Amino acid sequence: ENTVTKEDLEKLVKNNKVVVFMKGDPEQPRCGFSNAVVQILRMHGVTYDSHDVLSSDDIRQGIKDFTNWPTIPQVFINGEFVGGCDILLQMHQSGDLIEELKKVGIKS
Amino acid sequence: MTSYTEDYLKQKLTEKLEATHVEVIDESDGCGGKFSALVVSPQFEGKTLIQRHRLVNSALSEELKTIHAFSQKTFTPKQWAEQPTN
Repeated sequence: ENTVTKEDLEKLVKNNKVVVFMKGDPEQPRCGFSNAVVQILRMHGVTYDSHDVLSSDDIRQGIKDFTNWPTIPQVFINGEFVGGCDILLQMHQSGDLIEELKKVGIKS
Repeated sequence: MTSYTEDYLKQKLTEKLEATHVEVIDESDGCGGKFSALVVSPQFEGKTLIQRHRLVNSALSEELKTIHAFSQKTFTPKQWAEQPTN
């Protein structure tokens, strides 16, 4: 049985304006996709919460069930699920990411 | 572990999403665990990026249980026609 409840995850994703579930941590990403997300957020000067799914199978499975999204990394802005690496990269390229961050008061 | 081929995934995406153009690249050196896909489908019309990616993810829901790395690009036929590199 999964010990990480939906309520736990709801709290986690709302704890900061930007929250990332990734493999490894921002100092040491352990997957290219997670690393890409870290680099993009760094370029925009964003501070964020990060959770290493490799340290907990419960969080790893729990977050996939929570968002109904099959892959890691997963990015949340203002408690809302935004997407994975591809979506963040495309938002970065199109300029949409700047707009989304601006909405929550983050100037990039 | 099940491994999939480029052709298999291309066919599945084409069928499920009524895609007009699909490119699938096996980036795993043949072991079948890492792919990138480009999908052009009229089903993406009027949908946000995340809605489009969800369509692709659900088309490959069974396969994504074993594919450990998957990246995707989604276009409507109109957007695809406007791609400068196309």
